This record gives sequence, structure tokens and C-alpha cells, in this order.
Amino acid sequence: MDRFPHVAKIQIPFIVNGKNVTVQAYPMERLLDVLRKQLQLTGTKEGCGEGECGSCSVLMDGILVNSCLVPALQASGCHVLTIEGLASQGKFHILQEAFQEFGGAQCGICTPGMILAAVHLLERKSEPTMDEIREALSGNLCRCTGYSQIVEAVAEAARRRCKTA
Amino acid sequence: MVPHSVVGKSVPRKEGREKVTGASQYVDDMVLPGMLFGATVRSRIPRGRIRKINFGTGINWNEFVIVSAADIPGKNCISLIADDQPCLAHDLVNHCEEPILLLAHSDRYLLPEAVEAISIDYDPLPAVLTMEQSERCSEIIWGQDNVFKTYIIEKGKLDGIWAQADSIVEGEYTTGAQEQLYIETNGMIAAFDPAKGVTVWGSLQCPYYIHKALMTLCGLPAEKVRVVQMETGGAFGGKEEYPSMIAGHAALLAMKAGKPVKIIYDRLEDMTATTKRHPSRTRHRTAVTRSGKILGGEIDFTIDGGAYLTLSPVVLSRGAIHAGGPYFWPSVRISAKAVATSAPPHGAFRGFGAPQSLFAMERHMDRIAQTLGISPIEVRRQNFLQPGQATTTEQVIRESIDLNKMLDRALELSDYDSKKRKFEIQNLKGPIKKGMGIAAFLHGAGFTGSGERYLGSVVGVEASADGTVRVLVSSTEFGQGTKTVLSQIAAEALTLPFENVSMAQPDTQEVPNSGPTVASRTVMVVGNLVQSAALGIRQTLISSGLLREDYSPDEFQAACKAYVAKHGQFRSWSRYEAPSGIFWDDEKYRGEAYAAFAWAVYVAEVSVDLETYSVSVDDFVALQEVGKVLHPLLARGQIIGGVAQGIGFALYEKVVWQNGRMQNGQMTNYIMPTSQDLPAIRVYFEELGNIHGAYGAKGIGELPMDGPAPAIVNAVEDALRVHFDSVPLLPEDIMSALDGDGTAGDLHRDLGVASGGR
Repeated sequence: MDRFPHVAKIQIPFIVNGKNVTVQAYPMERLLDVLRKQLQLTGTKEGCGEGECGSCSVLMDGILVNSCLVPALQASGCHVLTIEGLASQGKFHILQEAFQEFGGAQCGICTPGMILAAVHLLERKSEPTMDEIREALSGNLCRCTGYSQIVEAVAEAARRRCKTA
Repeated sequence: MVPHSVVGKSVPRKEGREKVTGASQYVDDMVLPGMLFGATVRSRIPRGRIRKINFGTGINWNEFVIVSAADIPGKNCISLIADDQPCLAHDLVNHCEEPILLLAHSDRYLLPEAVEAISIDYDPLPAVLTMEQSERCSEIIWGQDNVFKTYIIEKGKLDGIWAQADSIVEGEYTTGAQEQLYIETNGMIAAFDPAKGVTVWGSLQCPYYIHKALMTLCGLPAEKVRVVQMETGGAFGGKEEYPSMIAGHAALLAMKAGKPVKIIYDRLEDMTATTKRHPSRTRHRTAVTRSGKILGGEIDFTIDGGAYLTLSPVVLSRGAIHAGGPYFWPSVRISAKAVATSAPPHGAFRGFGAPQSLFAMERHMDRIAQTLGISPIEVRRQNFLQPGQATTTEQVIRESIDLNKMLDRALELSDYDSKKRKFEIQNLKGPIKKGMGIAAFLHGAGFTGSGERYLGSVVGVEASADGTVRVLVSSTEFGQGTKTVLSQIAAEALTLPFENVSMAQPDTQEVPNSGPTVASRTVMVVGNLVQSAALGIRQTLISSGLLREDYSPDEFQAACKAYVAKHGQFRSWSRYEAPSGIFWDDEKYRGEAYAAFAWAVYVAEVSVDLETYSVSVDDFVALQEVGKVLHPLLARGQIIGGVAQGIGFALYEKVVWQNGRMQNGQMTNYIMPTSQDLPAIRVYFEELGNIHGAYGAKGIGELPMDGPAPAIVNAVEDALRVHFDSVPLLPEDIMSALDGDGTAGDLHRDLGVASGGR
């Protein structure tokens, strides 16, 4: 018995956090499950499984996606960035640093997705307004913080990045 | 006094690095060799007798581990207050989603189909779907009278006040169920070894609740049950009692399978089957003078406990004690009652009864003001509790709290007066109506009455030869900052750098029972014990001649090294002792209900759009007195997060019930606030200090849940001049109140909206 009884697993090559990987997966398996179970990248979280909460957000070729809604096949040949790929050589990404400093993470379950949504925003807009930050993060639900300290962390990270750029 | 070096500073969150890098291990991130996955077969009807369980075709049932009530080695219950809730229904089901059977398989993808393939034949019994139906007792579903618990709080004499009163003001206020909606759904892993017993790892608040429940369920002695908390992705009370059920299920499957079993709920299962905030109904009848002074009154507070008793008596107790708000009642009679219905049991959720009764109190204060034609400010000033006065349980306020001053400050911060004037003119025209609303309230920290005495919490602090210190508590971190603040307290007590203190993972094999992580008790009660256990380490080193009174971290390390070399493990323990002179009568519900209260005044500014009927919160001022703020960043985070949940409670979060089952158990149709739905919530603290808590801290976690709903509904009423006495208050509620049965034109004209457009 199989989840996908009439379909065979296929080889899906893609790039995750800069590394080439090839996984054996059902074409319609969720990218989220491939990341978590096959690649042990458990920093990507499942909150709702229906694309509402954003906990499973990753960047796919620079686009913010809910990995619970992305079939594994679709990742074929793509660059996927997960939270594990953000810090470089053990050094925090500027957003991770700001989240830590400004209280952006409480229970931490939405944090990886939230940070990736913020990365996506700062890639598009180097100096977002508070309203733009709120809009960009509105697909990522957080039940702990009431968002203020997340928004402040993102604003501060943007400031710091502009300064160092 | 020596200035604090660690306490009061926003030091880095202990587990912050792991959280921002995704390295934290939550239960679903953990994999054990040979692990199976478990699923739960649940009742699809609210009440009935199980006649037959049918295993459908097309599934190879031999591959599944199947557990029913008959497999339970101990007692079939989730041991808590009463042992009335079965772990698996055997004969009767008493609510929708009640667990009946458990399945496990190595392929988690196969489980949903298998659950679906099982059908159960029932002899249905009539369900009791509302509190009113329960009260009528036409169908008895619990005990003799469907009543889980009652309390009466009486102060003074009500006789005569009704005749003395210039006015008698009545009101009825209701609140709905609310889902905790932690973003990490519930989950547990269990493993069983005949020699070592059962071990569970999970997302949870209270390791020792589960420990007790598993001993009863599995028929195992204390040393053969081990409970370990994994990183927990939000809880808010929602992981206080229900995790005992899931741990029980995982344990039963693991015992039968001989392999570890993981159960992770999906969102729909989590929302429909686990606990929610108790729906409530509060009736006020209040005798007041012309100037707005309360002479006395009756408060009737009723909550819907659902199908089993679980924590309802305790929720009821807190709701009843808070029902009089931060006001002085010369006389009062509070009658509180928790009733049974055929809903899944309602349970702990931040605030624990207080948001319900305080919503009523603060709406009723505005009702009194309107009746008398005085301002909402004036009616509160007339009645604020003053130091030296007694609460409804006759607890004398010893703190130098000045609620008038707090109200002044909140009004100033929110620019209340000038905005009120401005809105009165603005509201004459156009579809956007603006209003201001106030809520004043209090929240008791720690367990109620003699609760802390019964708990008798124990805390340990361990010093190692390398001079580092480890705090041993069962108190759990789930976002609030437990690990950080308790480490700060230990570091402060030992005058060590914050980095030298770590926290043991809550594991019942490692840590003592410091009580559940609930009731805003961790910082004040557990923190106090951490402080005294840490001081025990210091005293031991000093009295054994290894350390001077004044020492550096290096000297502390040398002393620890010497001590450990001579004596081995170096631990200091501290057990809760009730402060002297504390009086509480469990029978009459009279006395010192809480060791300390936190106090607050919140002001909400709202806009109501009469074209969409949506309400937006444009500004929110949250001013509170919580004693010493030990970690300003975390404290502010707690307040903003609580206010956000309060805004959800007020305006967004509606559980839709049909025949006893939640119909909107998904994030798609149960709506919580997003970053775009909330204003920048403004947080302010006053710090009076407190004699009971560590470094003067009081409880903070639940307080911010109490105020937003009444402040917002008061503001909506201010904007529209229409009464709303229920939350959640959704656009459709406003629409039907305004439009009613075809009277829209009149009401809209009254509200300044020209018919036929703007």
C-alpha cells in the first residue's frame, strides 16, 4: 500500500542552500516533507499544511513559497533556501541577529518562515516602511509576539544593511 | 541597595540562537529508530452508546497496531482533578472528537485512510449543546444536575442596598470559545521498555501533570514514567492539560507495539479535538448612587465546561474572583457555576476565566456610566480599589497601588480627551465612525488561595566544578522566556554573569516538580524559589569557608571546584512555604486569593467602517503595574502578544459550532490577527515592586489577555452608540445590530450616514 499507489518515485535534482542534492520522491510529495524527512532540514516547520500560516516558508529561486503547497517535482532544478542556509560560516544573517536582539522570536516555531519572508522583502526593498514590512509579513502568522517586535527587528536589520552596504 | 546587574536588563534569550537558526528541536523534529506513527479514531457524534466498530475493506489491518480501551493496563482516565475523562471511550461517547481507538503504522501517510476506513455504529443519545440547555436539566449528562462546580463569594449584606440605590443597572454579557492557536500543533513521542518503563517527549507545559496521568493510565510506579519537554512552539494554556491525553495515547501504542510511537496532530485535529477557552455568560445587577458609586450587586457567572470536568473548577474560581474587577464593592454576591455540555472539554487558555468575567465587568461599568449619564472615566474613579480596602474575597490591598493615577497616565498617553472631542465632530459625517474605550483590571499571580501551598513546589540549583550553575525546574519555556528570566534570577542571586547560568531540560528524571507553568506563577513563585536555592549555594560556600562574602566569578569557581572535589555533586534545594499571615478559607472562598495582583488600564481607539462593518484598532495603549520588570524586552513582548490575542478574542476569533463540533477548525476559516490587522501596540510599565516575588516581580503572562476585549467593545459602542455585549464582535454582528430588520435607514441616519450613499 502506498500513499501514491499509481505513481512511481522519481529522481528530483535541485539545489538546497547552495548544495546539489537529488532526492527520490513522489512527484506530488510536498517539498516540506522532502526537506524535513529526506534532507533532515527540520528548521522548516509545518503549522497548518494548507498555506495559511507561512511556517513552512522557503525561498525557491528567490520567490517566497509555502513549501507545504509546493509539489517536490516543482523544485526540480531550483535553488531552494531554507533557514539552515541563511547563516554563513556560523555567522548570523543580519536578520537573525536583529530577531535575537529585538525580541522577534518567542516560541520560535514561526521564526524560520518569518525570517525568510523578511529576507524576501529586503531583497526587493532595501528601506521598507513599517507598513510595507507588515504587509510583507502578513502571510506569516505568529501567535506569540503580536508582531511589533518582529516588525521592529526587520526595520532595524534593513537600517543596518543599508549602513553596511 | 546594590543595583541589580542582571535583573532588569534585556539579556539575550537563552535559547534564542537555536530559535533564529532553526536548530531548536521540537517534537516533530525528533526521530527514533524504528519509530511508528500514531493516529486517533474519534467520535463523530456528540453523545451516544458505541454499538459496533467496523474495520473497512481495502486496508491491511494486520500491518497496524490497534489499541482500544481494553488494552489500557491501568485506569482508563486522564488523571487531573477528577478522574472522569476516559483516555479512550469504551461504551459511551460524550462529545464529538472523543478518542475511541488508536492506530499506529510505520508509514504516516497510510494513517488518514485507515482512520477514515473505520466506521462506528452508535445508539445516539440526546446532546446538550448550550449552557441554557444544560441548566434546564432535561437531559442529565454529568452528576445529578449537570453542574461541575459552584462557588459563592459573599461580602457584606445586600439587603437594603436595592432600596438605597438611585439606580439599579442590569446587564448580560457573553464570550465565545477561543482557540489557543499555538503555531506548533500538539505532538508526543512515547517509547516503552519493560525494564525502564515509559518515556514521553513532547510539546507541553506541565511535565508533572503528564507524569501523574501516565502513572494512573499505565499502572506504573513513579520511577517508571519519564516525561521530557521538547522545545514547545507556543502553548498559551492549550498545552496545559490536553498533552496528558496525547502522551497517554502514544504510551499505549508504544507499549503494545514494542516500538516508539510519534503522534503529531494536524491543524484540523488540533482545533476540533483539543481544548478552547470556556464560553461564558455573566449577569450583573448593580445598585449605584447617582454619582456612580457602587453600593453592591449580584454577579452571576456561568461557564461551559464541555463534557468532562478537567480544569473547569479552577477556571471558574479565577473567573469568579476576578468578576468584581479592580473595584471596591461594599457588598456583593458572586454566584459562579461551571456546567457540563456535550462539547469537547474547554480548558486552560491565558487568563483562565478572568478575561471572561472581566469583559463583563468592564462592559458593565460603561453601562452604569451611560445609565447615569456620567463618563466612563468618572464611574471608574468613583469605585477604584484603594490601598487598605478589601476585594470581594476580603483580601486587603496592601500595595500602594493608585489606579486613579494609572488611569490619568493612560488617558494622557492615548490622548483620550482631545480624541473624544475630535471624534464626536468627525463622526457626524461619513461612513467611518471612531471611538475610544477604556478597560481597568487586575490579575492575580500564582495559584489561587491555598493552591501554592498544596503544590509545594521544589526548585534546585546545581553548581559545577567549573563554576557554572544549572537551574533545575520543571517550569517550561514556550515562548515567554522562562529559561532566560529564571537564569537572570539565579545569576543575580549569585552575582555571576548571566552566561554562567544554564537551565536543565525539563525532564522528570532530572528536575524536581516546581509546579505547572501556568497561572502567571513562574517568575513570581518559581523565581523566588530559584533565588533562595541559589542563595543556598552561596551560603554553603561561605559557611564552609571556601568563599568570602564578596567574590568574583573566578573565586566562585575556585570555591565550587574545592567543594565538588570534597563532597561530590553540589546542589541546593528550595521548597515553597506560604508567607506567614496569609489567610484563605476554601469553604467560604474568603481571604487572600493571590499573593499579588498586577494592575492595568488599557485604552483602545477604533474605527468602524459602516460600509464593510469592519472594526480596526487604530491605537492601543497598554499601561500596567507588574512589579519589577525583570527583562524589559521579554515583558514588552508578553504584553504585546497578549493584547494581540485579546484583539483576536474581541474582533476575529469565532468558533462556529454545529451539533457539538467545531466547523471551522482550520486557519483558513478560523481567523487570527495577521501583522496587518494590528496596530503598533504601545506598552508602558509602572513598577511598584512586590514583597513576595523574586526581586519584586509579579506575574505578567495572563494580564494582557484580560483588557483588550472590553476596551475594544467599549470603543465600538462609543463610536456607534449601540450596545454590544458579546465577543467575538464580527462585522456581521455589527451589521445585524445596525440594519436589524430593515431599519437600517433610520439607524444610519442617526449615525450620520446619509441614506443612498455617503
